[in-house]
Amino acid sequence: MSLLEILLQGLLLGGLYALFALGQSLLFGVMRLTNTAQGDFIVLAAFAAIAGLAALGPLLPAGRAAPFVVGALLLPISFGFGYALQRWVLNGTLGRDPLPSLVVTFGLSIVIQNLLLEVFSADPRSIETEGLNTASVALPGGLAAGVLPVGIFAVAVAATAVLQWLFARTAVGRSFRAVSDDKEIAELMGLDARKVYALATAIAFVPIAVAGVLQAMRTTVSPADGPVLLLFAFEAVIMGGMGSFWGTLAGALLLGVTQQIGFRLDPGWGIWFGHIVFLALLVVRPQGLFPKTRS
Amino acid sequence: MNASAAHASSRERDGSDLAHVERSTRTSHAALVTGLVLVALAATLPAWAPAEVASSWMRELVEIACYFIFAMMWNLLAGYGGMVSIGQQAFFGIGGYVMLALGNFAGVNAFVAVPLGALAAAAVAVPVSFIAFRLAGGYFAIGTWVIADVFRLSVANVSAVGGGSGTSLTALRGIEKATRETATFWMALACVIASIAFVYLFLRSKNGLALLAIRDNEVAAESQGIDVRGMKLAVYVVAAFGCGLAGALYFVGNLRISPDAAFSVNWTAFAIFMVVIGGIGRIEGPIVGVLIFWALNKLFSDYGTWYLLGLGGLAIVVTIFFKQGLWGWAQQRFGWSVFSTQRRLRL
Repeated sequence: MSLLEILLQGLLLGGLYALFALGQSLLFGVMRLTNTAQGDFIVLAAFAAIAGLAALGPLLPAGRAAPFVVGALLLPISFGFGYALQRWVLNGTLGRDPLPSLVVTFGLSIVIQNLLLEVFSADPRSIETEGLNTASVALPGGLAAGVLPVGIFAVAVAATAVLQWLFARTAVGRSFRAVSDDKEIAELMGLDARKVYALATAIAFVPIAVAGVLQAMRTTVSPADGPVLLLFAFEAVIMGGMGSFWGTLAGALLLGVTQQIGFRLDPGWGIWFGHIVFLALLVVRPQGLFPKTRS
Repeated sequence: MNASAAHASSRERDGSDLAHVERSTRTSHAALVTGLVLVALAATLPAWAPAEVASSWMRELVEIACYFIFAMMWNLLAGYGGMVSIGQQAFFGIGGYVMLALGNFAGVNAFVAVPLGALAAAAVAVPVSFIAFRLAGGYFAIGTWVIADVFRLSVANVSAVGGGSGTSLTALRGIEKATRETATFWMALACVIASIAFVYLFLRSKNGLALLAIRDNEVAAESQGIDVRGMKLAVYVVAAFGCGLAGALYFVGNLRISPDAAFSVNWTAFAIFMVVIGGIGRIEGPIVGVLIFWALNKLFSDYGTWYLLGLGGLAIVVTIFFKQGLWGWAQQRFGWSVFSTQRRLRL
């Protein structure tokens, strides 16, 4: 397998990691919230889509469109879920002390894992794509890329662009940046920080839902998958640098390529290699590749 | 006039004319006596309980002891040192694996290898801290988890210790079961007492005071001449030692080790739940936490996933509604203090 091919596969894998990480990046950026249940929410979204497909089966269009319809239905639900979670649970845990929010999200992580285990059992599951997950397109230079991974990559780039635009160019984004820079002053200017936080989490839960559905289409999901996805998301955010969505995308792509190189060297060491590069980068450049905000 | 009269009567009650600093309470004396009685009862368990009962009790108590020591160390790290780690399972696993390697390959007595495993964990904590301390707050929490995962994956690729599927502790093969279980039990009991005594005496010492100052305000503590970085490193290394000790003990009792069991994030998860439910930043916290954990485990462990679900839910509820934990709530309500680390000025 050529170097170019490893690079291509790594970038495509990184696109998926970017979708894992974007929500976390937004939460970090707006309210310094470390959501230790990030991975479990992705898995929850995947199972919600699987359950939705089974429940709505006869009503859905036949063929490859069904998962996308369910995915689209899932987005507003996830948005509302994120809003409610922040407004009525997580807001009460924010403050100078990072412990309460860590414990509550960690508790949620355990609750979600065991709830999914109870309802769906430990078996890995996936979304039936009718061959979409194995279809590939030929690229110049004798390379081939999967249709689905290329699609995921495109979605990841689009999501990054939308979030960056939202954060930097819109009134909503301005309120995010305001509460991030100085919550007290922002509140004096008439913003309700608790509602701003709730909106930020609601938006963060959109890429989480997208990531969950695409992950289940691309491969399998099982209830215990969450923590690994969290670690990948976290590594992408830190490597990319705080407060920059393009940075998060870059971090995710770097992680994908690194892991892919590791997998080629030895299948047992792929994830390990990703971790090591992450830790090495942390020592050399703790602020990440493209930091935008003060930490 | 009222104030001075109240003053005078309080002096009469105390029987002293001078203002003095109170460092222990009546409850703490009573608790010390109760504690000594319980320890004496536990230590003589093999002598007074029927053999099969003693055996199963001892195995269970060793396991609980490991959870407890681990929780005690997590409390020291997060509750007093302000370092919320989700990666302490790294040191649990290192303690276990070093003990096993010394016992199986170097011919060291497994019981002697237990403290050596803990020392190895402490030694590893020093270079690890250089990386982990680059992060603070929530980032530190997940960063330490990544580091623990590195150790898990590394050990899973070492074929000498069975790779991903793990291996057995063969060093104790020649020893009779009853002897082995009693020795493990006594060792666990000694470790529990030592860890409580150590944390208690440390927090009452001058260094303990410095640590409390750091917890309350890092910048202010530094401006008072406290070596914040050195102090944090010391606490991190001590916590690693304790977690390594718990790991080594656990696998002497369990005889079977695998990377997924030794480096499981559940160790830290349970420790966090115990400490938070009991009350973080107080010595009684992990003790109350481990008792609740044990009781829930006894009552509901047959329900598997529902039990874990309830534990996670309880931690969320306690964090939101009882920020000081159940013991902290009781302490505020009734003024109890078993392990008095406070200095209270009596006038």
